[in-house]
Amino acid sequence: MGYIGGMSTPCGTLVEIRDAIRSGAMSSVDAVRGCLERIEALDGTVCAFTQVFAEKAIADAGAIDARIAAEGAERVGALAGVPVALKDNICLDWGKTTCCSRILEEYESPYTATAAQRLIDAGAVIVGKTNLDEFAMGSSTEHSCFGPSRNPWDTERAPGGSSGGSAAAVAAGMVPLALGSDTGGSIRQPAALCGIVGVKPTYGRISRWGLVAFASSLDQIGPMTRTVEDAGLALDVLCGEDPLDSTSARVEVPAFTDRLRDPIEGLRIGVPAQARSEQNDPDVARVFEETVERLRTMGAEIVDIDLPHMGAGIAAYYIVAPAEASSNLARFDGIRYGRRAEIDQGEDLETLYSRSRAEGFGGEVRRRIMLGTYVLSSGYYDAYYNTALKARRLIKGDFDAVFSADASGAGVHAVLLPSTPTPAFRIGEKIDDPLALYLEDIYTVTANLAGIPGVSVPAGFAEVEGKRLPVGVQLLCPAFGEVNMLRIAAGLADSSALETMPAG
Amino acid sequence: MSEQGQSGGGLTESEVRKVAKLSRLELSDAEIADSAERLAAVLGYVDRLGEMDVEGVEPMAHPSDDSNRLDEDVPRDGLPTSVLTGMSPASEGDFVKVPKVIDGGGGA
Repeated sequence: MGYIGGMSTPCGTLVEIRDAIRSGAMSSVDAVRGCLERIEALDGTVCAFTQVFAEKAIADAGAIDARIAAEGAERVGALAGVPVALKDNICLDWGKTTCCSRILEEYESPYTATAAQRLIDAGAVIVGKTNLDEFAMGSSTEHSCFGPSRNPWDTERAPGGSSGGSAAAVAAGMVPLALGSDTGGSIRQPAALCGIVGVKPTYGRISRWGLVAFASSLDQIGPMTRTVEDAGLALDVLCGEDPLDSTSARVEVPAFTDRLRDPIEGLRIGVPAQARSEQNDPDVARVFEETVERLRTMGAEIVDIDLPHMGAGIAAYYIVAPAEASSNLARFDGIRYGRRAEIDQGEDLETLYSRSRAEGFGGEVRRRIMLGTYVLSSGYYDAYYNTALKARRLIKGDFDAVFSADASGAGVHAVLLPSTPTPAFRIGEKIDDPLALYLEDIYTVTANLAGIPGVSVPAGFAEVEGKRLPVGVQLLCPAFGEVNMLRIAAGLADSSALETMPAG
Repeated sequence: MSEQGQSGGGLTESEVRKVAKLSRLELSDAEIADSAERLAAVLGYVDRLGEMDVEGVEPMAHPSDDSNRLDEDVPRDGLPTSVLTGMSPASEGDFVKVPKVIDGGGGA
């Protein structure tokens, strides 16, 4: 297998489709049909979707077209008629919300997530749900009960994860926008490996109501798109306080798309010593240095910085995230929803819980629940969990220090890091070595621990065994600093003018 | 890191059995052995935190300082009981069915 191909046409970008619908050049039904045809042609190979709502999407698009005819597209909403997809851990009150877990394989949510509702209220049409590592625990989508998704640039390789289905769907031109969720890199890492843009907003920017919780102090929903402008447009719709999520931020939401074209001249961009790890793939290292030079050419000031506690990120994350997961996933007990195991006469309620959970959860989820239970258990709480929380404070302190002005000079506006240490790896290559897979997230976890925003933007290509594989770079900004983050990302994307989709 | 913490790198099968029980996971002997090996690898890695100087550092459980804010106590509609009980794999009327929890006869 090689590059994806086929006779179908990839969909346009979010902005292109929105504009075509606004101008009357395209109906919403046409746009949705185009996406459904592309999915039909390629998803047998790519396996990006867990469900496609073909009939409902066409009916919804027809209703939007009628409203556009009556009211005009701009009154219908910022995304009037545009097809989109959701990661299958985001609740909709139709179809199934499976989290790609056997325990929720037949689960039908009775309500819709706020982020999904905001897309619907803006006129978007949801065409389907995308594949993920079970409960978003993984970096490859290989831990999905439906099997792995495949990277559109090389279908022998993983798209990354856990939002790998969303990344593959966007990179294959099946939809212009898919939502992902990012707990330790699950938007940015697959975006990088699939050559698209992925934004993890500041913690609290987007409501988590209706996102099935993995690690509540780290989880954030975010957009995955082919362009930075598309990501900005999606954020304009998605961000804002939600009374249903007490951790959603009471912070004014700027118009992200308005400032994308501001020049980045004079912005200070920090390049940490830790970005230049010897563990980086040579192509990743080359693309990173090329990016630094491009930023310099655009007039940014490159500042050498130090994030001395970054090396503790993965260790702190693999204590904090499993600890929170073990608590969040305690609700899946076979009683109120999900799969219930059979027990024999005389077996007790605890056996029902334990058997339902053992049958319902896959190996990686079980391991993380056990790891979390262990680090929270009596005698280990201080040594592991509390120490990790202290390391988390130090990691956040590293960012606070470089972002704020001090005696040695002005703080930086953004930090530049690789998105991942390597380009896309082969399906199966790392599945038996959890630690190797965990280290995929070495550059992404610190943003979740600190609660700051990050974006992965395509920056170049690696040549691996005759295949061109995308390489991303990552920009991190202070909390609620998405405007500068997207502005720099847009500048980088414009200057590189890379293709964001494989040929064919 | 405490002495107990350091033992994590060499997690025994009996410790894994205990953790599996606390986690409410019914695992086979083969799964216990496999879990012991994989958990030991991860714990061996995270033990590096023990080398960090975290003396006097305030633990950080949440990125937001505003995570326990209170909302006005305003009633709003919830989901109907029948919808919620209907999600259960075993329900009857407005009730969720579970195996017998209290022994019959003894009134315990």
